[in-house]
Amino acid sequence: MEIRKLTCISCPMGCPLTVEMEGNEVISVTGNTCKRGDIYARKEVTNPTRIVTSTVKVIGGAADMVSVKTREDIPKDKIFDCVKSLKGVEVKAPVHIGDVILPNAGGTGIDIVATKNVEEV
Amino acid sequence: MKSYDIVIIGGGPAGLAAAVSAKRNGIDSILILERDKELGGILNQCIHNGFGLHTFKEELTGPEYAQRFIDQAKELEIEYKLNTMVMDISPRKIVTAMNRQEGLFEIEAKAVILAMGCRERSRGALNIPGYRPAGIFSAGTAQRLVNMEGLMPGREVVILGSGDIGLIMARRMTFEGAKVKVVAELMPYSGGLKRNIVQCLDDYGIPLKLSHTVVDIKGKERVEGVTLAEVDSKGKPIPGTEEFYTCDTLLLSVGLIPENEISNGMGVEMNPVTSGPKVNESLETSIEGVFACGNVLHVHDLVDFVSEEAATAGRNAAAYVKGERRSAQGHEIRFLPVDGVRYTVPVTLNTARMDENLTVRFRVGAVYKNCYVGVYFDNERVIHRKRQIVAPGEMEEIKLTKEQLLKYPDLETITVKIEEA
Repeated sequence: MEIRKLTCISCPMGCPLTVEMEGNEVISVTGNTCKRGDIYARKEVTNPTRIVTSTVKVIGGAADMVSVKTREDIPKDKIFDCVKSLKGVEVKAPVHIGDVILPNAGGTGIDIVATKNVEEV
Repeated sequence: MKSYDIVIIGGGPAGLAAAVSAKRNGIDSILILERDKELGGILNQCIHNGFGLHTFKEELTGPEYAQRFIDQAKELEIEYKLNTMVMDISPRKIVTAMNRQEGLFEIEAKAVILAMGCRERSRGALNIPGYRPAGIFSAGTAQRLVNMEGLMPGREVVILGSGDIGLIMARRMTFEGAKVKVVAELMPYSGGLKRNIVQCLDDYGIPLKLSHTVVDIKGKERVEGVTLAEVDSKGKPIPGTEEFYTCDTLLLSVGLIPENEISNGMGVEMNPVTSGPKVNESLETSIEGVFACGNVLHVHDLVDFVSEEAATAGRNAAAYVKGERRSAQGHEIRFLPVDGVRYTVPVTLNTARMDENLTVRFRVGAVYKNCYVGVYFDNERVIHRKRQIVAPGEMEEIKLTKEQLLKYPDLETITVKIEEA
């Protein structure tokens, strides 16, 4: 049996997690204080994922940039494909939270969406 | 002179949550004064995710979290002024402010909520030798440049200090194509959250050098490199451990300081440990009817806790305006932080005024493993809570109930300490 120690990154509490594994199978997760910790631990030892956040340029808006994120978490090894796919992307104001900025970012199947409202000026 | 029941200084997460709470507790006449061109404060530049799990049970980015509160404030038709700088507040709660439309003006307030947030500690506070070339930024300035203005401070980066903003910026600059070479931390532990070390440094193979500092900055016009050295237990550089890193940018993430010029001006009593006002259980300062919440009170790690604290301040300010505050019968019970506990918020409590439950927040001065948080009512231990790890970078809390306190009518001091196993 293999024991893996992790720090939960689901929220800033950063619970110290202990995962018991038998080969590729998770036997138990302890140290978490909520359900998310359990989910994170099981994912992290089998298929680690992250939400990626960045910004893109806005044309004709009240702000120069709009913040964006992957709508869901993406595989960790696709982070840089995702970041690269945002290079040179520009959007026209107005932009609202949840608007799709770039579909299927970096071939992950996950859309990039706006996380800020930028009104037209 | 215009007058309002409650004037809130600052339209960031603390000010917004305080306003929403005061309104929901029956106060209509509320004004938020914000110096920036939009509401939301520092959250606008915190584009990373991880906000709101406690408040909204979902994981939001900073701007999304801010928008939730901005929407609530707008729905409740709470008045606010942007681009407005508060210059002074008198002890009698006359607020002097200025903006381009109205010039200099005064507002009379029945209650004031201080929610000005904090500032970053700068290079000047650190005594780093060397020239003063371009390329040295505080981590928060770099965050604003990259995330809000779309400008890159540099390409090869060294970060001094492992505060959360520095860790977040290590990842952010990596995404934008910069090479972050190393994060150096003077202390033997990180000042940031463990989760940020995992997901901002470890994920990208960025080394964190504990007990290291910058001893020299090379470059006259622009930073050309920095020399790091290991430090001993007293923080003194150890000769022979110097290592040179070429870089064009040095980011400083070396601590935050509550911004209390206005509070000091009014004569609010300050806590030298937090650099924030001393407050009682209602988050009221030494001046009656003046409340404080958020990072101006003490620097937080989690905005969720700022919102919670600010809601308490808003509720108490509303009660004060309505004259509903339970008169202070009974007596003030004093908190005494000792043995590793640096401070508590609040510093006093009065059971006659307190709600059914009280959250007491504090920070420790060093890393303790397998320890206990001990709470004593005078000499009797009433809480003995096991903690796997406590660290200065992570705020701790204990919960007290009125029911529990009423059993000790003669209580004078509540001691909070770390007890090692």
